[in-house]
Amino acid sequence: MEGVLNQLPIGLSIGAVLLLIALGLTFTFGQMGVINMAHGEFIMAGAYTAFLLQSVGFLVALPAAFVVAGLMGLVLERTLIRRFYGRPLDTLLLTWGVSLMLQQLARDLFGAPNVQVVSPAWLRGGLGILPYNRLFIMALAVLSVLAIWAYMHRTGQGRRMRAVMQNRRLAATSGIDTGRVDQRTFFIGSGLAGVAGVALTLIGPVGPTLGTYYIVDAFLVVVAGGLGQLRGAVLAAIGLGLLNSYAEFWSDASLAKVIVFVAIIGFLQIRPQGLFFVRSRALT
Amino acid sequence: MTAVEAPVEAPPVVRREPRRWQGPAAFAAVALLALVVAPLLLEPFRLGLLAKYLCYAIVALGIGLAWGQGGMLTLGQGVFFGLGGYAMGMYLKLHDAGGDLPDFMVWSGVEKLPALWTPFGNPVFALAMAVAVPVVVALLLGALVFRQRVRGAYFAILTQALAAALVILLVGQQGLTGGTNGLTNFFDFFGQDLAADETQRGLYLTVAVVLGVLYLGARQLVRSRFGRLLLAVRDGEDRVRFLGYNPATVKTLTFAVSAGMAGIAGALFVPVVGIISPALLGVVPSLELVVGVAVGGRFALAGAILGAVVMGYARTYFSEELPAAWLYLQGALFVLVMTLAPRGIAGLAAGLVRRRREAGT
Repeated sequence: MEGVLNQLPIGLSIGAVLLLIALGLTFTFGQMGVINMAHGEFIMAGAYTAFLLQSVGFLVALPAAFVVAGLMGLVLERTLIRRFYGRPLDTLLLTWGVSLMLQQLARDLFGAPNVQVVSPAWLRGGLGILPYNRLFIMALAVLSVLAIWAYMHRTGQGRRMRAVMQNRRLAATSGIDTGRVDQRTFFIGSGLAGVAGVALTLIGPVGPTLGTYYIVDAFLVVVAGGLGQLRGAVLAAIGLGLLNSYAEFWSDASLAKVIVFVAIIGFLQIRPQGLFFVRSRALT
Repeated sequence: MTAVEAPVEAPPVVRREPRRWQGPAAFAAVALLALVVAPLLLEPFRLGLLAKYLCYAIVALGIGLAWGQGGMLTLGQGVFFGLGGYAMGMYLKLHDAGGDLPDFMVWSGVEKLPALWTPFGNPVFALAMAVAVPVVVALLLGALVFRQRVRGAYFAILTQALAAALVILLVGQQGLTGGTNGLTNFFDFFGQDLAADETQRGLYLTVAVVLGVLYLGARQLVRSRFGRLLLAVRDGEDRVRFLGYNPATVKTLTFAVSAGMAGIAGALFVPVVGIISPALLGVVPSLELVVGVAVGGRFALAGAILGAVVMGYARTYFSEELPAAWLYLQGALFVLVMTLAPRGIAGLAAGLVRRRREAGT
C-alpha cells in the first residue's frame, strides 16, 4: 500500500512536467498548425540555464530560463516556421533538423556527458511521502496554468490569441495582427518549456538529449487532450503522468510505455479528437 | 484545425503522352549498374555498405508509398523494420546455437528457451513472421486509427510513440531480446559462412533484386485503380468518402503494404549487417528514413529510393571524415530541403526537365 502511495507524487510531478511542456505544444499546434520537434531542445535550454545559474540562485533560473527558451522559440518562429504555416507535417521534419543542430550545439558547449544541477537546500527533504522537490514542481505547474488561464481569458492579448486559434481568417479580417499573436504564442509556449527544463533539474541530470525523453509523451498529451485546449492538456497530462508511473509500478518499466500507447489508442476510439475540442462543421 | 491548409502541392496527376522506352530503359540501366557493375567494381566492404543502404531503400519505398502517395506520414517505420529484423535474427541465433540456448540468454541467466522463441527455429516460419507480424501490427493500428478519422499529424505522433515504446520494451526484456545489444554474432546463413565475401555478394544481389521487384510492384500499385484512389484520398479524403469509398480501408491497406516492405527490409538487413538492435529502429532512425525520402523526393517512388541511398552514403562519408560536423550538416540539410526544395531531388530534376522542354518548344 505504501508503494502505491509513493507512486502518487512521482506520477503527479511527471504529469506536471508534461503539462508545462505540452502547453506550448498544444497552443502552437492548435493555433498555427505547427508541430515543433525542437520544443524538446527548449526544455534542454532551460535546464542548462539552471545549470549555468546555479551559483546565482534557483529562483533566478526560472524567469531566466523562460526568457532564454522563449527567445529561442521566437527566433525559430521568425526565421523558419513562419514560412511553413499550414504545412504541419513539413514543420515536423523541419524542426527536427533544428533539434539535431541544437543538440549538437549543446554537446559542443557543455560536453556530451550529463551534468548535475545541485538542488537548493530548501527543496531537500519532504512532508511524509511528499518530497519538497516534487511538490515544488506541482506548484510550478499549477501557477503556470493559472497564469496562462488569466492571460487567455483576462487580457486583450489573450482574447486575440483565442480568436486566432478559433478562426484565423476571421480574426485577421477583424483587424487582429495574426503574425504578432503568433509570435507571442510561440514565445510563451517555448518559455514554458524552458521552465519545465528547470523543473527537471530537480529530479534528474541534464544532458544534450534531455528533451527527447519527454517530447513524445508531451505530444501524446496534446493528442489526448485536444488541440489548443487548456483543460484538456491539464487532464491529459495528469492522467498520462499517473498512468506512466503506475504502469511502471504494477508491470515492469519496459512494458509501461506499451501500456500507455495501447491506452491512448483505446482512448482515441472513444474520443478521436481528444478530451475537448471545438465543434465545427468544417471538413478537416 | 483552423490554420489555413496549404500543403506542399503534389505534382498534378496528368496522363502524359506515354513515352514507352524511356522508363524501362532507365530501369534497365540502373539494374545493370546495381547487379553487374557494382559487384565488379566495389570492394567487399563497400558492397556491404551499398547492400545496407539498399535495405534502407526498401523501407524508403514503403514510406514513399504511404507518405508520398497516401499522405500518411509514418514516423514509426523502424518498428516494422525491427520486427522483421528480430524475426530473422531469432532464427539465425537459434540456428547458430544448434539446439543450445543462444549465447546472450546464457549471459542473462535464462535457463530454458522462451516459448516465443521456439517456433523461430524453423526458417520458413521466421521468414513468414518477418512479413506477417509487421503487416498485422500495421493493419491493427491502421484500422483502429484511420477508422476514427485520426490522421495527419496525429497519426505521425502516434507512430512515433509506437517506435519509442517498442525500443523501451526491447531494451527492457533483456533475456528475450538481448537488450541494448540486440541480436548479433551470427555465423551461419543457410549453410553459408556469413563472413565470406561470396555470401555477402550473394546477399547484396538478393537485396538488389528484392528492391527491384518491390519497386516494380509498388509502381504497378500506384498506377492501378487502387493507386488512383490512394492519391484521391491523399488530396481530398472527404470527397472520396462522399463518393462512396471508404478511405480508412484504402489507407489501412497501404500502410500495411509499407509495413510489410519494412519487415522484408529488416529481415534482409540482419544477415547483411550482422546485427539488429533497438538503436537501429527507434524514433531517430525512423525519422532519418523519412528525411531520406524527403531529400530524394517524396512524390516519386524512385526519389524515395535515391534519397535513402544518398543519405546512407552521406552519413558514412561525413561520419568518417567530419564526425562532429555530421549532425549540424544533417540538420542543415533538412532545413534547406524543407525550405527550398520540398519536393526533393526528384522534384528539382522534374523541374529542370520541364523547363528544358518548355524552352525547346
